[in-house]
Amino acid sequence: MFDQILQFVLTGITVGATYALVALGFAIIYNASDAVNFSQGEFVMLGAMGTIAFSAGNGLPLWLAAVCAVLVVICVGMMLQRFAIAPARGASVVTTIIITIGASIFLRGVALLLWGKDIFGMPHFSGEQPIKIGEATLLPQNLWVMGGAAVLVLGVHYFFNHTTNGKAILACSYNRTAAHLVGINVSMMMLIAYGLSALLGSLAGILVAPITFTSYDAGVMLGLKGFSAAILGGFGNPMGAVAGGLLLGLIESLTAGLISSGYKDAIGFIILLLVLFFKPSGIFGKASAERV
Amino acid sequence: MTLLKVSGLSKSFGGVTAISDLDFEVPRDQVYSVIGPNGAGKTTLFNMLSGIYRPDEGKIRFLDNEIVGRQPHKVAELGVSRTFQNLQMFFNMSVLDNVKVGCHLRTKSRLWNTALRLPGTRREERQAELWARESLHFCDLEQYLQRDAGALPYGVLKRLEIARALAAAPQLLLMDEPAAGLNDTETKQMRRLIRRISEAGITVLLVEHNMGLVMEVSDRILVIDYGSRLAEGSPAEIQNNPRVIEAYLGGEVEYAV
Amino acid sequence: MSHHRGFYLLTFVAVVLPLAFPDNYFVTVVGVTAALHAILAVSLNLLMGYAGQISLGHAGFFGIGAYVSAILTTRYGWNPWPAIIAGLGLTCVIAFTLARPILRLKGHYLAMATLGLGIIINIVLVQAGDFTGGPDGLGEIPTLSLFGWQVDSDLRWYIVIVSVLLLVVWLALNIINSRSGRALRALHGSEVAAEMMGINTTATKTGVFVLAAMIASMAGSLFAYQQAFVSPDSFSFFFSIELVTMVVLGGMASTYGAIMGAIILTFLPEFLVVFEDFEVMIFGAILMLMMIFLPQGLFVGLRNLLRRIVAGRRSAAEAAEPEESGRDAA
Repeated sequence: MFDQILQFVLTGITVGATYALVALGFAIIYNASDAVNFSQGEFVMLGAMGTIAFSAGNGLPLWLAAVCAVLVVICVGMMLQRFAIAPARGASVVTTIIITIGASIFLRGVALLLWGKDIFGMPHFSGEQPIKIGEATLLPQNLWVMGGAAVLVLGVHYFFNHTTNGKAILACSYNRTAAHLVGINVSMMMLIAYGLSALLGSLAGILVAPITFTSYDAGVMLGLKGFSAAILGGFGNPMGAVAGGLLLGLIESLTAGLISSGYKDAIGFIILLLVLFFKPSGIFGKASAERV
Repeated sequence: MTLLKVSGLSKSFGGVTAISDLDFEVPRDQVYSVIGPNGAGKTTLFNMLSGIYRPDEGKIRFLDNEIVGRQPHKVAELGVSRTFQNLQMFFNMSVLDNVKVGCHLRTKSRLWNTALRLPGTRREERQAELWARESLHFCDLEQYLQRDAGALPYGVLKRLEIARALAAAPQLLLMDEPAAGLNDTETKQMRRLIRRISEAGITVLLVEHNMGLVMEVSDRILVIDYGSRLAEGSPAEIQNNPRVIEAYLGGEVEYAV
Repeated sequence: MSHHRGFYLLTFVAVVLPLAFPDNYFVTVVGVTAALHAILAVSLNLLMGYAGQISLGHAGFFGIGAYVSAILTTRYGWNPWPAIIAGLGLTCVIAFTLARPILRLKGHYLAMATLGLGIIINIVLVQAGDFTGGPDGLGEIPTLSLFGWQVDSDLRWYIVIVSVLLLVVWLALNIINSRSGRALRALHGSEVAAEMMGINTTATKTGVFVLAAMIASMAGSLFAYQQAFVSPDSFSFFFSIELVTMVVLGGMASTYGAIMGAIILTFLPEFLVVFEDFEVMIFGAILMLMMIFLPQGLFVGLRNLLRRIVAGRRSAAEAAEPEESGRDAA
């Protein structure tokens, strides 16, 4: 029994690491521009699909394909900011939400056009020899996911707390006008934020694709769950988002294993609703009071 | 006769005390002003009087009813109406519709009645239209009748908010900085409007920074500083009160010999 | 009153169309689907456009109505009419219970909560196979009949659904141009001011949420009988987004806009069949471009354009007239 649970935990952490990266992407964009990017999941999908496309047939070696795909997705993220989000600045919340939902549908449509509805796999980075931990098994790819996610999260943490650009982006989120006035190039910071978010998303997709496979609509649920994770952890709090992602992955995996795998997707949203009903600021967020 | 009686009112936010042990009474049919330096807690007071905030301690008695613990719409039902420091206009509606919303409490059609256009609803609509026009006329806003609220100058919007509040036929009108952002002409208009409202039998509780306006229009003035009562009295008494002078100007005034 | 004129025009068109084109696929088949979508869009418009509460889960209530009708008629032998009422009842209970906690939220949080609700409903529809038939759905749903008049042809469904649409539009217009409608718009404009005018914002929001949900449920029941088949695919998150698109496309606070949006988005795929592969991409592009350049929607955008053209022509005509003697006495 314990080994079973251990297995679920390991799977949960792997899935959770992916959610964590997606949630972190949401948090970064929200922190920078007060917008929720509903196409975050599509960054993940495009990273994976792009890598597969570049390396298909007699294409590039996997690592180079991945680099190209990531660069493409970063461009996509920046273009999204520049051409869809920036022109609509000052628009209502509903408008911005629908713009990013439109972007998500658009990107999915492009993927559908290029690659159809097929499901694609990606070769594992370092073989498929299972590693045994007690009675539970772990694939090397799982370690890639967990390790990769950890590195990225630490990198983001360093970026925001110890680099000028990172702090500049945070400044933009606290007070855009003041940031302008102290000489921060706000437009550039927005682009960087979206680019960074796209980087995280696409890498998450590449890391996990060997295990979960991918297709044109793989990003939808991932995006939604990543958003749930971000809310669970405390929206706007980057480290909270990561914690939320891991937690969501664990709960999902345990639910799937111990209760029912059919309702696995539902548990994430049920938790989301509970959090929104009882503590919208999430686990690590502060409850805030509005000034009238 | 006392319309509003506040006793022992206190409110803190986190570690910041906004209002501390405040007592005062507002007599009927008067213009009662509350003044004080910025941050003294005046808008917090108004928010508590309208039921938007709940005080930590204290009681607010309006006629025979206790306000503390009531939802804002219930406080409005008792006969209290207000305008806001940060204009809260319904920009998605026309001028007339804005004021008609003020008539909400004087009509009673429910969702089902209106959906099915039962007979009573049409009569009520006509009545609401009449009341709204009266209110606009009272505030000199008839010329804007056909306009959308979104396209009006600031001074007009301030008066429109008052027209909307008056359409509810309140007994007590809370006015939060009605003269803020107005030029001299508009301020004079506002003064006349406030006096007209008072003469119409509505008790006015006013928060305002424009001292000229306050002194000219008020019957009684309450000065608060750091959330507590500093002084209370007629305009003349307040103007000559040394503690008030000190609070506003800070310390003794030295005269050159 | 202008809204009356619009309603008469709508009724006129609705009646004339099948008379003029009785066997036209676009009228009797696509038109019926468009009318059904219009019912949903009008109800969502009340919630989103007038009351300002974003909902990304409206397809969920559509699904509840459809499945309750389907299950009760196929598995328990109920008559279709009371099955509609049962659907309304269940929807009312669910919507009422969830309204208060959900509508406390605003902006993104509200969007996500309604989204989550819609997805949970969809997952339940897929998973509770014993009741719902699972991903394969439920078939052989009986049709409606009114005193022996069986609704078993495209034309008869046109009559039923378009009649319901006209009824719903009539109700919506009545609400909007009344105290209740003003209360809805007030709470969208400024919740705190609405409260101070005596509007119980919580009760009002709940009321419109439940009303919109119940209209969607009724549409769902009709859909189930019309198609004689239901499957979870029709009640997905994507359909919720489509509904939001219809409302937004036509123009947020506009009932006719919602109808227009529904018609456009139902007919568009028919004409884009050639571009089938591009369909999803074009849909996404439309959404983005609309919200960036014309956020107030087509209906309002077109109306403003027309106004400007008329005003432009008028002032051009005035400028072209020879100047009257404006200079009289010195």
